[in-house]
Amino acid sequence: MQSLTYQRATSIGEAVSLLQNGGDTARVLAGGTDLIVQARERKRDVSLLVDVKHIPELIGVSYSPDTGLVIGAATPLYQVYGNKDVKEHYPSIVEASSVIGGTAIQGRASLGGNLCNSSPAGDSLTAMMAINAIAHIAGPQGERDVPVEDFFTGPGRNVLEAGEFVVNIHIAPHQSGTGGAWQRFIPRNEMDIAVVNCGTYLALENGSVTNARVALGAVAATPIMVPAISEILIGQALNDEIIDMAADAASEAATPIEDMRGSVKQRKHLAGVLTKRTLAIAAERAQS
Amino acid sequence: MAKIVLNTIINGENREFLADERDSLLEALRERLGLMGAKEGCNNGNCGACAVIMDGRLVNSCCVMAAEIEGAELNTIEGLADADSLHPLQEAFLENAALQCGICTPGFLMASKALLDENPDPSEEEIRWWLAGNLCRCTGYDKIIRAVQDSAQRINSSS
Repeated sequence: MQSLTYQRATSIGEAVSLLQNGGDTARVLAGGTDLIVQARERKRDVSLLVDVKHIPELIGVSYSPDTGLVIGAATPLYQVYGNKDVKEHYPSIVEASSVIGGTAIQGRASLGGNLCNSSPAGDSLTAMMAINAIAHIAGPQGERDVPVEDFFTGPGRNVLEAGEFVVNIHIAPHQSGTGGAWQRFIPRNEMDIAVVNCGTYLALENGSVTNARVALGAVAATPIMVPAISEILIGQALNDEIIDMAADAASEAATPIEDMRGSVKQRKHLAGVLTKRTLAIAAERAQS
Repeated sequence: MAKIVLNTIINGENREFLADERDSLLEALRERLGLMGAKEGCNNGNCGACAVIMDGRLVNSCCVMAAEIEGAELNTIEGLADADSLHPLQEAFLENAALQCGICTPGFLMASKALLDENPDPSEEEIRWWLAGNLCRCTGYDKIIRAVQDSAQRINSSS
């Protein structure tokens, strides 16, 4: 391991000043399941780890029908998918957060960490984008909100400025007539990085679509929204033909690289398949 | 390199010890405390050979900084058996031949303990999902699954 120091922050202000004083190589330590490995393998230069798990705002999950869901950015995944309100109202968040790593990873890893690691294939990212989650950020200039769909700027890169970190993730209250779903394709049953993943969110009124959001992961330099699908679906009644059109639009929007996990052709195909499947599940949930 | 003093409870005993500030928990356990049960397999969170229980939760000790355990409570493989007898999981692993080379075994035992603490009567599917982050290249897993089922039965019938 490279030479580094460890500091435990107990308030947002303390973390901001530690990060600011620590300069470029100060890093926020949440679950550490990516960062510690990256530091050990010298994929990131780290001189200071600022442990944010003892800041009250960064840990825990709360829900209110008026204000919605707030997930502390460093809350371990098992507490996210195990939360009764998340289970009841946000099944796509459960679907994504419960397949990241195995049990021991889920005991530490967090949605905030997944967000800030900003992998193009990060599993929770497309679930959060589709449901229009908002990242609440603290930093030297104060606090600000950034929609998760606008958070990523490249592989491993995001909008966070020096000294900034994500405090929590906010999702609007659950409304009846809406539903989300999330799936990924991997060649085995568990413990793998997505070949493609897909998050979907639908709002239906009298059988017709009033809102539709589809996000795809591992098909571009960042996870992407597919606005063309929203245009196709909004105002329409869902049927096989229109869902096929949405799936084609997903394949079209995917601009993947070819690597050991999948070819361009396979990934474009999967983008369509997963879009179709998750739209069907989201529609069923919206109607239940 | 800076040394730090850490206070923690390991297997029920208060421990105060010196670690290097850049030690992982796995390095601190093995190199500072001489607790050699947790193994270094991949050292990147994939294999589970270093799994220990921290504040009641299974973690990979290679993905935790030693400094993070200040004030925490740890359970490691060294505390699984009591002075006179093996833990039912250990007995069941032996009797079901759920190990060959043994490198993955401490991690599997701690992961299985964490499972049975939370879910005393898991289904085969639940066991397989729970243990998905522990890799074994010898057994083909079936014997491990059977050992966990066997152990759950023993624990449940004795309580």
